[in-house]
Amino acid sequence: MNLSASENTEFLEKNTPQAFLNISQIDMVFPTDTGGFTALKNVDLKIDKGEFISLIGHSGCGKSTVLNIVAGLYQATKGGVLLQNKEVNEPGPERAVVFQNHSLLPWLTAYQNVELAVKQVFNNTMSKAEMKEWIEYNLKLVHMDHAMFKRPDEISGGMKQRVGIARALAMQPEVLLMDEPFGALDALTRAHMQDSLMEIQSELNNTVIMITHDVDEAVLLSDRIVMMTNGPEATVGEILDVKLERPRSRLSLAKDIEYNRLRSEVLTFLYEKQRKVENISSKAVTPKSIPRKRVSSQ
Amino acid sequence: MSLTTVNASQLTVTEQVMKVSKNVLSKITNAMLLPIIGITIFIFFWSIAAQSIHTSLGTFPGPNAVVKQFSSLYDEHVVEREKAEAFYQRQEKRNAAKQEKNPDYVGKIRAYTGKETFFDQILTSLFTVTCGFLVAAIIAIPLGIWMGLNKRLNSAINPIVQIFKPVSPLAWLPLVTMVVSALYVSDDPMVSKSFLTSLITVSLCSLWPMVINTSIGVSSIDSDLLNVSKVLRLPTFTHIQKIVLPASVPMIFTGMRLSFGVAWMVLIAAEMLAQNPGLGKFVWDEFQNGSSDSLARIMAAVIVIGFIGFLLDRAMLELQRKVSWDKSSASV
Repeated sequence: MNLSASENTEFLEKNTPQAFLNISQIDMVFPTDTGGFTALKNVDLKIDKGEFISLIGHSGCGKSTVLNIVAGLYQATKGGVLLQNKEVNEPGPERAVVFQNHSLLPWLTAYQNVELAVKQVFNNTMSKAEMKEWIEYNLKLVHMDHAMFKRPDEISGGMKQRVGIARALAMQPEVLLMDEPFGALDALTRAHMQDSLMEIQSELNNTVIMITHDVDEAVLLSDRIVMMTNGPEATVGEILDVKLERPRSRLSLAKDIEYNRLRSEVLTFLYEKQRKVENISSKAVTPKSIPRKRVSSQ
Repeated sequence: MSLTTVNASQLTVTEQVMKVSKNVLSKITNAMLLPIIGITIFIFFWSIAAQSIHTSLGTFPGPNAVVKQFSSLYDEHVVEREKAEAFYQRQEKRNAAKQEKNPDYVGKIRAYTGKETFFDQILTSLFTVTCGFLVAAIIAIPLGIWMGLNKRLNSAINPIVQIFKPVSPLAWLPLVTMVVSALYVSDDPMVSKSFLTSLITVSLCSLWPMVINTSIGVSSIDSDLLNVSKVLRLPTFTHIQKIVLPASVPMIFTGMRLSFGVAWMVLIAAEMLAQNPGLGKFVWDEFQNGSSDSLARIMAAVIVIGFIGFLLDRAMLELQRKVSWDKSSASV
């Protein structure tokens, strides 16, 4: 077969098996008063089905921006996201998001919060009884079936986050996006939630992208850890394969050599290679505050 | 040694009991005793001050005179009702007599046209203010929601709202009166012109706090909740129904309470100036009447107006407690 260069790339594009989720050379520039602020530069990541990916990096490095682009809440300035070879250009329930502060509707009970999602996603495919069963199944999965009819202000922070996860899982997403899901919880509750998440993951085998600040959490939960460089113009620094056997137990892993090696690699990346130069004046333009503004102005 | 520890623990128990009883006591004091003391002191100073103010209509009414007027206002009400009753009875008798003579005769019942009593005026005012407020709410809340959802619309309408918000009802009234008498021409009017004038004036003034608060409530919804709605791809109507409305209910109610207060104040002024039936007219009539009882009667009306305003606000608060999910926002 004799192919010219352009024909060759075309051929390759058509025939190489594409990744399940393809984050393809994304640039993100936020408009500011003094011109553009380039939060992300050439972020490129391919994720397989059923993979659990952690995004780790210092605060303000654009992790949330990546997640929001995959969610469709932001549009990348350059590049794009392909999910099963379809371009992502708006938010949708097939890319469910677990937000950092649960974002449950405070006027609805746990059950009703999940119901809102289920009704929207499965309106045409499920009967009322099936919906009820599916809502209850998901709440059971996160061990919230005992407090189904409580409202968010009547349950603890960890329980709220469980309901948030149940709501996301109930959408039966192709990709589950989690933005520091346990960041606001105390250490004990967080450990408990991580165990729950591993248990759910072993059952459902979802494709997950999780943002975290917590090195132990990243190593414990992930198949791959994506470490991001500091912004501006943040990008993927290193990717670490975590080949620890599942099911993983935090107790036995504590003494595991491989676990500790991985852990120290992440720490080395974060605190040696990408040491955050603290500069108080530059904090005013952390990307985190800029995306918020953008969203609210829409 | 052990004796001292027992003593110590006993001390703490008594201390705790004292603490609890102190708490209960202070609650009772705050809820009951202090308001009573406050009111008593107010009445005392009022009666002292009243005695030393002499007007052309006699001494300024003290608490006693006002209480006396309350009972005489009630008596007048009863008398007027009896008169009305007698009036209708006379008509019935006459009609029955006519019917006896002529079986084809269909009797007419004419409405009693006697003077409206104080209590009739209260009911008229309450009805007018409720109608005016409802009209304003029906316009203001949807408009506020729309403005809250649409930044551009908000920028376009906000200046108009800001300019009309501080306008006194007295400035609107002549315009409304003229417009109503020009446009509301009907041989068989459903409602009287004066009612319509009061209603529109009240609506015009109570519209703005509701528009502003609703639009602020809607535009300040937590962006996380909006993102949830986006991820779920909720259609616009469901989005408004399931996310926007419940989230902004506390702010909407704040606006409604403000508006109801404004509406009540505006109504009294409008009734006074336009001679529309209601409490305002009562006050004005008494003022024009100029009898030695007039001031006491006006003072009685003032107290009733204040009391009704307070009750209306409380009613709105109760409604908010019933409707709103956010109980903490529904506090006094």
